[in-house]
Amino acid sequence: MMLAVGVVATTLLAVGALLAVVRIERGPTMLDRTVAFDVLTTALVGAIAVEAAISRRTESVPILVVLSLVGFIGSVTIARFAAVEPPKNGTAAQRSGPRPGAGAAGGAGPSAPGSVGFAGPNAGSGGSGVEPGPDPADVTGRKEES
Amino acid sequence: MTLVTDVAAAVCLLLGAFFSFSAGVGVVRFDNLLSRMHVVAKPQVLGLLLLLAGVALRLQDRGSATMLLLVAIFQLMTSPVAAYMVGRSGLRTRCVDPAVLEIEEDEFPAREAGR
Repeated sequence: MMLAVGVVATTLLAVGALLAVVRIERGPTMLDRTVAFDVLTTALVGAIAVEAAISRRTESVPILVVLSLVGFIGSVTIARFAAVEPPKNGTAAQRSGPRPGAGAAGGAGPSAPGSVGFAGPNAGSGGSGVEPGPDPADVTGRKEES
Repeated sequence: MTLVTDVAAAVCLLLGAFFSFSAGVGVVRFDNLLSRMHVVAKPQVLGLLLLLAGVALRLQDRGSATMLLLVAIFQLMTSPVAAYMVGRSGLRTRCVDPAVLEIEEDEFPAREAGR
């Protein structure tokens, strides 16, 4: 019975991990890939847990502790230092507002009414429009905050 | 007694694997960053907790049960933090379409006020 349970559970986990890999390949932004990578790490933890449960092996349990630690550190680090990406080939569908650099430099009115709050304070905090975008100010602001 | 715990462990393992699988499906199927973040934060953690419960039921060992409890507590503590970081970073790098938000808590003025 336990073997059949192991086969089914491992298959489900493997398909989930495969779908996460699909999202990592496809994901338009860095953060989508981070999220999918989180799913992949957790699927790996689950697979090791299933292995430990089926074969009643105690020594795989510390691997679970280490893996969950490392996955958290990775995703938080990427999310913390994610910068504004230039809209390349597939990213245009994900963002709606104008380019942050264009909004800060030209001062042109944003097209969508929802993005007024996005672009407004940005033009003030970003400083001059000489910079390509407000990402350096963004990153340093986040560093100051914590 | 062993049979009872084994059946409970099998149910936990299957349910946990199913939730993990559903997290993978959600990550592929959902169409914006915040929905994907949701599916990582909630079904994934529930699936992992069920898997860990299955392992603890199957191993019946005090030391490894403590370690599994540590993993569970750690996951419960860190997963909301990671999801929050991803969502905040998505708002700041404008990966999130503001039209998908029902309530837009204006992030940037709050950040300026906190400075």
